[in-house]
Amino acid sequence: MTTDKLDAPATSRTNWTSRIDLPVATAFGCIILLLLVGSLYSPNFLSPEYLLQQLKVGAFLGVIATGMMLVILLGQIDLSVPWAVTLGAMMASAATAYGPMGEVFAIPFGVLCGVLMGLVNGIGVAYLRIPSMIITLAVNAVAQGLMVAYTGGFAPQDSASPAMRYLAAGTILGVPNAVIVWAITGAVAVFLLGRTTFGRAIYGIGNKEAAAYLSGVPTQRVVMIAFALCGGLAAFGGVLLAGYAGKAAQSMGDAYLLPAIAAVVLGGTSILGGRGNYLGTVAGVILITLLQSILSVMQIAEFGRQIIYGAVIIVMLLLYGRERTGR
Amino acid sequence: MVDAVPLFRMEGMSKRYGGVQALDKADLIVRSGKVHAILGENGAGKSTLIKIMSGVVAPDEGRMLLDGQEVSFASPAAANVAGIVCIFQELSLIPDLSVADNIVISNPPTWLGMIDRKAQHAIAMEALQRAGGADIHPMELVKNLPLSRRQIVEIAKALARKPRVLILDEATSALTAADVETVFGVLKRLRSEGIALLYISHRMHEIAELADDCTVFRNGRRIATYPAGSKTGDEVVELMIGREYSSVFPPKLDTVHRSATPVLEARDLHWMQRLNGISLTARAGEVVGLGGLDGQGQRELLLALFGVLRGVSGAVLVDGVQRVINGPRTAKAPDIGMALIPEDRKTEGLMLPMSVRDNLSFAAMSQISRGGIIDRRAESAAIDRMIKLLAIKMASPAAAVGSLSGGNQQKVVIAKWLMVGPRIILLNDPTRGIDVGTKQEIYALLRKLAAEGAAIILYSTDYDELIGCCDRVLVLYDGAIKRELVGPDITEHALIASALNIDHKEAVA
Amino acid sequence: MNGLRYSLAEQRGMFLALAIFIIMFAFYVANHPAGFTPNVVQTAANKGVLLALVAMAQTFVVLTAGIDLSVGMIFILANCLASYLLVGTPPMVALGVGGVLLTGLACGALNGLLVIYGRLQPIVITIATGAVFFGIALWIRPYPGSADDFSSDLADALTGKVLGVFPASLLFLILLVLVIWIPFRRSVIGRAVYAVGSSEPAAYMSGVPVMRAKFTAYVLSGLLAAMGGLYMTFFTYSGEASLANGNTYTLSSIAAVVLGGVSLFGGRGSAIGAIFGALAFRAIGDLLFVFDFDPLWQPLFQGVVLLLAVSLGAARLFQVRNRLDLFT
Repeated sequence: MTTDKLDAPATSRTNWTSRIDLPVATAFGCIILLLLVGSLYSPNFLSPEYLLQQLKVGAFLGVIATGMMLVILLGQIDLSVPWAVTLGAMMASAATAYGPMGEVFAIPFGVLCGVLMGLVNGIGVAYLRIPSMIITLAVNAVAQGLMVAYTGGFAPQDSASPAMRYLAAGTILGVPNAVIVWAITGAVAVFLLGRTTFGRAIYGIGNKEAAAYLSGVPTQRVVMIAFALCGGLAAFGGVLLAGYAGKAAQSMGDAYLLPAIAAVVLGGTSILGGRGNYLGTVAGVILITLLQSILSVMQIAEFGRQIIYGAVIIVMLLLYGRERTGR
Repeated sequence: MVDAVPLFRMEGMSKRYGGVQALDKADLIVRSGKVHAILGENGAGKSTLIKIMSGVVAPDEGRMLLDGQEVSFASPAAANVAGIVCIFQELSLIPDLSVADNIVISNPPTWLGMIDRKAQHAIAMEALQRAGGADIHPMELVKNLPLSRRQIVEIAKALARKPRVLILDEATSALTAADVETVFGVLKRLRSEGIALLYISHRMHEIAELADDCTVFRNGRRIATYPAGSKTGDEVVELMIGREYSSVFPPKLDTVHRSATPVLEARDLHWMQRLNGISLTARAGEVVGLGGLDGQGQRELLLALFGVLRGVSGAVLVDGVQRVINGPRTAKAPDIGMALIPEDRKTEGLMLPMSVRDNLSFAAMSQISRGGIIDRRAESAAIDRMIKLLAIKMASPAAAVGSLSGGNQQKVVIAKWLMVGPRIILLNDPTRGIDVGTKQEIYALLRKLAAEGAAIILYSTDYDELIGCCDRVLVLYDGAIKRELVGPDITEHALIASALNIDHKEAVA
Repeated sequence: MNGLRYSLAEQRGMFLALAIFIIMFAFYVANHPAGFTPNVVQTAANKGVLLALVAMAQTFVVLTAGIDLSVGMIFILANCLASYLLVGTPPMVALGVGGVLLTGLACGALNGLLVIYGRLQPIVITIATGAVFFGIALWIRPYPGSADDFSSDLADALTGKVLGVFPASLLFLILLVLVIWIPFRRSVIGRAVYAVGSSEPAAYMSGVPVMRAKFTAYVLSGLLAAMGGLYMTFFTYSGEASLANGNTYTLSSIAAVVLGGVSLFGGRGSAIGAIFGALAFRAIGDLLFVFDFDPLWQPLFQGVVLLLAVSLGAARLFQVRNRLDLFT
């Protein structure tokens, strides 16, 4: 229907100091609710150690979800995250095997591989106008193929470099480094989205690409860069995960695609693009991490966790995830 | 003859959208066998009225009577069943389905639960025949048809539903003159068959040719109903806008720099048979109008100048120097300084859910940022200046643009481009669907910008606007400039005659 | 004949998929050590039918301009359920089959209701329902296995050869097309699905039953995905709640649908195309096998072919003369 969308929501960028919008507030409300429910089970749930531990576990998802958010804000999706994560982990570990120079360049090399992968996605979406769902799927398949061929289908023998381990598992003054890394990533994302022309362009393209183009925004370049960033951040997440676990593993990224999308969407970012802020994504990541943690602490069997996990996401989406407009 | 119970009537109809009272206790009587023209400015409530009649939106209050029985429609389908069929301005055809599929879409012939393709083909052929589209193949996909043919399919689709009340909302706006003749023939026959026709159009001569009764709407209310032909054009216009018409336009001060090199010059532009050799100039301080019927290449010309079209041949000169403009980014750069106020503000001009502030600064990013980082102080200063300059009314700059009235939205689009500081301003029907008050402000602004030295190219579907605003009008027909009207020669008569590209006697009809 | 031209244009996507499939399969058979024998065809058909069923399931939803990321999980759930229910006498087996299919219908109905009444984006909601479906599958089948008295008669019949030459699984697929797809395509509700996918506002304006169309699409999708799971059980005689398998089938179904010429923007394409897309996708994977490549290269080869196939669609860009058309 073409009546004016007078009830269109007003939120558009990260001026959250002046206004906290409903989805973000709901997500934080749910976090508190989860903690309270958990604390009925065991008072440990409210201890600083437990909370810090959750932030640390959530940091990996947080870094990956940051990239996913950029792409979702454009109204696109990146289904190549699983193998971008694995690619980053494997390539960084592989570089480590090449002596001291390799160790130094392990992290940048892993991230660079992810950026290249994202670049292919970005070129496909921006310049060839292939639907993102398809091109990222295909690129994911190619990356998987490359990695399977490279490792021979077994878990790679290379292990993570000391720097990777330090970044993922070390602490500074009791604060896990992973949390610091996520905080820095988040701060950069907030700055990028709120204070730069690039960020404005992302929101603009997500809202109406034609209008953004007619305003003189280099829409194709922005889309390409956003995908490259998403690939790079996913690979960085993989690098951290490899550092945390000591080494890379086949299909270690599979467990991150759906939670990353869910975290972004639960944080109030519209899957149609153009609307959402980073604080929401933070809330979404914490929410999902806590949910997974509480379910596992409660020793609920895997099947129950899956069911509750899915059901909670459905209920939360029904609470506030309704789209006002169709495609 | 006035029969006792009219075919359809509505009483006390009201509808609000957010803060806008679209309809305010409106009433209307429709009789069978008559063509009833609905007049009114955009935003007068006409489209809300017909959306309620055809079941697309539900009224807040009021009642509708069909054959004297109270009715209400939950959906367009329900209205169709009752015999009220609307041909919408925004086409309601489904692009990936065939013409025949579309014509029978709401009630296809079935055999054992399956769609009977043969019967469907026959129905479609018959409906196309009646609608004057016998040349359209029923199996062609709608998306492969040009706009004017789609409009014919739209009419055929309405006829296949056996309407008792047929509503045509700007149904001729995309048609060529020859097609309009065909459609009018069809409509006159339908009238003689006893169908009630509700005809909404901005083209006065069409109404004069077709209508039996006229009703004028203004600000959501019915202002007057009278037999067609009983009022002069000026009287009708006064009813529509509610005040003396001439006062709307600012005086045309001659600010044209005639001696200087034209700021913008186009030579022999061609593009895909839609632009057929257009040459024009625009000087500093000049408002150049583009006239003609809708769809004669005006939109394409503006897009071509702005670098949006690919494969345009010919030359574009800025300040006498030939330039290659390959996109909005090049066009808006300071050395060219071109701005385009696009046709559809909802899809091309604005990001409706985003704030007024974000929308305003979107095109002027390079002016308010350094190294890709936005200078917030410079941004707010520029935004405040623009809000003041155009007197944009809103709750706060953080409010979503979508929550503003149409007129204020259009002001935001214009302000967004003025922030860039353009020297060449292209406007594509900038006052469509906005209230007279805002129109007046926009006209004054255009003259002011011209006086400050901008070259302005204004395409408008409203002849009065061209007459009231422009120093010069180029009338386009079939992608070429048919006539150039200067100063006092710009009259409604001259505009219509050259727009239809036929001799004067026919044009006045 | 003029009408024929339009019919052909309508089927272009399907013919392209068919051509890819025939080329791939010809290559495969020509280089297969055993050559073109019923056994080779049977093996290929059995491999292809699973993905073909899931791709058909995906087609229904994609036609409405939606996407169903839970098809793989419905597939897995049906597989696990069938490993319990296909037991005992033939009537009991029939009852079991009915139970599995009903479960698929229910899953599809849940998706449909959430999309329609929850007004939620299908891509997000089916991720969540997929997790639930998988959880249930894991609940009933924590470890791979099957019921003690698993009845393999039906399974053998539907995966064997008819008259000693023709693969039964292929016949089953053809039967499904005749019994489900063709009637759907020709029915009023089928047309409504296409209309909704092509332009939902226009469909609503034209009085098309938008909600009923979407609901039907999701329900049929659930049903077809469950048939896929059932067939999986026919092959393996057991059920396995494998997350990786579920994800692979979901993603492959999207690939197959695209290869088969179904537009992700909705309103265009056919399940027949999707079936050929699925068979072609499978044949691509098998191709390496006959060339004696290391099977490790198979995922890469499949990925590259998919990448090339989807890039072909970009050719239309060179015809776009108005850059604004790029954004629609």
